[in-house]
Amino acid sequence: MTLEVDDLRVYYRTLKGDVQALDGVSFGLRDGEILGLAGESGCGKTTLGKALIRLDGRMKHVGGSVTLDGQVLPIGEDAKMNPYRFKQVSLIPQYSMSAMNPTRKIGRMVRELLESRREKLDLDELHKRLELVELPKDVLGKYPIELSGGMKQRMVMVISTLLNPSLLIADEITSALDVSTQKAVVTTLKGFRDRGFVKSMIFITHDISLTNQLADTIMVMYAGKLAEKAPASTVVNAPKHPYTQLLISSLPEVGVRYADKRLTGIPGNPPSLLKPEPGCRFRARCPLAFEKCAEDPPPVEVEKDHVVACWKAA
Amino acid sequence: MRRYFGRKLLIYGLTFFMAVTVNWLVPRLMPGDPVASMLARARVAQPEAQEALRVYYNNLFGFDLPWWQQYLNSWGSLFRGDFGISLWAFPTPVADLLTRAVPYSLALLVPSILLSWVVGNRLGALAARRKVLDNTVLPVSYVLTATPYLWLAALMAWGFGVVWGIFPVAGGYSFSMTPSFTWDFFADLLWHWLLPFSSLFLVALGGWAIGMRNVIIYELESDYANYMSALGAPQKLIRRYAFRNAVLPQITGLALQLGVLVAGALVTEIVFSYPGLGSLILAAIQNKDFFLLQGAFLFIVLGVLIANFIIDVVYVIVDPRTRVGMAGAAA
Repeated sequence: MTLEVDDLRVYYRTLKGDVQALDGVSFGLRDGEILGLAGESGCGKTTLGKALIRLDGRMKHVGGSVTLDGQVLPIGEDAKMNPYRFKQVSLIPQYSMSAMNPTRKIGRMVRELLESRREKLDLDELHKRLELVELPKDVLGKYPIELSGGMKQRMVMVISTLLNPSLLIADEITSALDVSTQKAVVTTLKGFRDRGFVKSMIFITHDISLTNQLADTIMVMYAGKLAEKAPASTVVNAPKHPYTQLLISSLPEVGVRYADKRLTGIPGNPPSLLKPEPGCRFRARCPLAFEKCAEDPPPVEVEKDHVVACWKAA
Repeated sequence: MRRYFGRKLLIYGLTFFMAVTVNWLVPRLMPGDPVASMLARARVAQPEAQEALRVYYNNLFGFDLPWWQQYLNSWGSLFRGDFGISLWAFPTPVADLLTRAVPYSLALLVPSILLSWVVGNRLGALAARRKVLDNTVLPVSYVLTATPYLWLAALMAWGFGVVWGIFPVAGGYSFSMTPSFTWDFFADLLWHWLLPFSSLFLVALGGWAIGMRNVIIYELESDYANYMSALGAPQKLIRRYAFRNAVLPQITGLALQLGVLVAGALVTEIVFSYPGLGSLILAAIQNKDFFLLQGAFLFIVLGVLIANFIIDVVYVIVDPRTRVGMAGAAA
């Protein structure tokens, strides 16, 4: 196991009280595994991604632990987390377009960043990796504004993986891209894993069909909790959790004319995470809900590598 | 690059033309006749002699010509470097009066503008993200920046000059001294310079500190700062980047504020009776001295335009984005 997350709880501090954005999530990630993390807005997937590398100012680590390569990550302490960042855990952010300092040449920025982490810049290796993502060497002498959006994205992907981290978190990196570029990004990320630039990866997205192309395992989250985790094909073809089932069935299918058949969504909205009621958080929207759902359903491994948190599935 | 500066120069040229025209026009629109007040000062009793003097003066200053000819003549003499003769200090040439006053004004303006900008930016950058400093620097800055120049100047002149008597309240140097290149005279100059300088410095300081604090907080929240933090870059490096990027809008602010700062300096000079352009302008207005007023304003306009041009050049050097904009970005 590269990564072990155990009962992780991260809350947002607000004036009205704590928002329980990540409420007891446990999972593991093997060497070389790519985990697709899916769910709708506000389900806690970005919070989970951030929790693994850097909590922002309003987030607080309430409980649970994260173990990477046998070491417990001090995720609640910003300064203590610094030695692990970039070297063990790295991030490709949502905002690749603006992730680089606009007034520094890219090459100089990379050098200064590495020097600040007491790492030597291996220029040959950097050139090799630029070539791999089809960027010319001379981007290093340019300012970020001189690059197109796709070039900036690829540059950030190269920077983030330069120190061969054990875990790479890619947070909604394809959201702003057109479909053909999305495909290219997914292929590049796979290439990074296959070449050993990164050991394992968490790919956060709301796009299940894209995740299916990349991920070995898909984890679906709902309202701060794990709903279902299984190999990608199982999640897409034989989901057990009613939320996953509805999520998959609301995806458009190739060859189906939606003029005849209306594309359905999931009626209702996710619950407020400020003071969530006990019990299954999906039960207000769930077609299968019954009395037992007033109790919190524990995640249960229904078959090998297939974890579902639902009373009906177990 | 050449097109950019060509366009800039054209704009500056147009501004200069407009400024000179307004400078020429405004004194002439003021009520009162300068020649009449000169005659009154000359105390000529006989009506014929008075008439003769009036004709002589009007002819000397060109007031007997039609207005458009006066206007064209003023451009002509401007290009010959001739600012005319002062009415108030007749018959001293305006150019002499100006060359005597300009060093004093520059000695006040340049250090107070540059130092307040540099110190204010440093202070603001320090205040951002340091609670204790922020809680002290910010309120003080708000008070300072809301203070009118002349009020603070008057307060300082009264406090340090009149009540405690530590600093002189008037003049560029002691009346008992003759200008010379000695340490004594230099020290005396500095002693007279300190109060007007500090009042200008302090008022401008607050604004820069507030501006810098706000911009740097914004920069530290920006995406590139977050990305660098996520990659474990030390705060030192992130703050260095943020400071450099935050300075850019402050440079623009400096360009915008120059005119205000110069105006503030002129008022301050009057409060401290400092022998710079401000005092000269006051005398010119009181005595309806068209030529002196024109000359003094011309200097100020030129100064502000040159300073703005320098800032334009500096901006192109420090912000790569302006350069890219000129050359066209590569796809």
